Amino acid sequence: MITIKYFGMLAEHTQCSEEQMDFKPLTLSELVQDLKVKYQLNSASFHVALNHKLIQDSEDITLQLQDEIALLPPFSGG
Amino acid sequence: MKKKTVFIEGAISPSFISDSIAKHQSKHTIGGHNIFLGQVRADEVEGKTVAAIDFTAYEDMALEQIAEIREKAFKTFNLTCMHIYHSLGKIKAGEICFFVFVSAKHSKEVYAATEYLVNIIKNKVPIFGKEIFEDNTHQWKTNIK
Repeated sequence: MITIKYFGMLAEHTQCSEEQMDFKPLTLSELVQDLKVKYQLNSASFHVALNHKLIQDSEDITLQLQDEIALLPPFSGG
Repeated sequence: MKKKTVFIEGAISPSFISDSIAKHQSKHTIGGHNIFLGQVRADEVEGKTVAAIDFTAYEDMALEQIAEIREKAFKTFNLTCMHIYHSLGKIKAGEICFFVFVSAKHSKEVYAATEYLVNIIKNKVPIFGKEIFEDNTHQWKTNIK
């Protein structure tokens, strides 16, 4: 299983803060593309974190079992 | 890496802040403290006024980020003590939601460290603010870079 978490306006938009998916050997960018289609996220601005680390270039990363992916809108603490 | 308490449910009270100051009176190598307090502002947007901000965070990631930030700041600024607190949940306009408290031998280090910490936490830590207007509608807060 892999876990996908959504925060802030993305959790509001997807009406979901966390979901689990069966593991498939996708790249991280393929997964994100699937999620963009599933939730119509093309106009949204967000960063992707994999296992708590921000990922800039997700094309060369293949998902592993137990990975935790998070879609993070712009940060606005403080 | 050791994870310190950062997130506090609800507003940060003035008594919590004064207790934090009092706890440092036994640390006699400290010559200067500096404090930044973030307060929820009642911004006006298109005729509506912000009544509160509801903060959420990706807590696991945020705590790891802050632990790294702490380690770097200790090395860079020669600090004796550093405390970082951020509220979660609904914080009303006028209440304190962010508390950065640094202590060192001399004033120079604490000014620089405070500015560094406040900026990096706003920009690099996954915390999200939902600005709630008086009529219960909302917009998502954005930070000025």
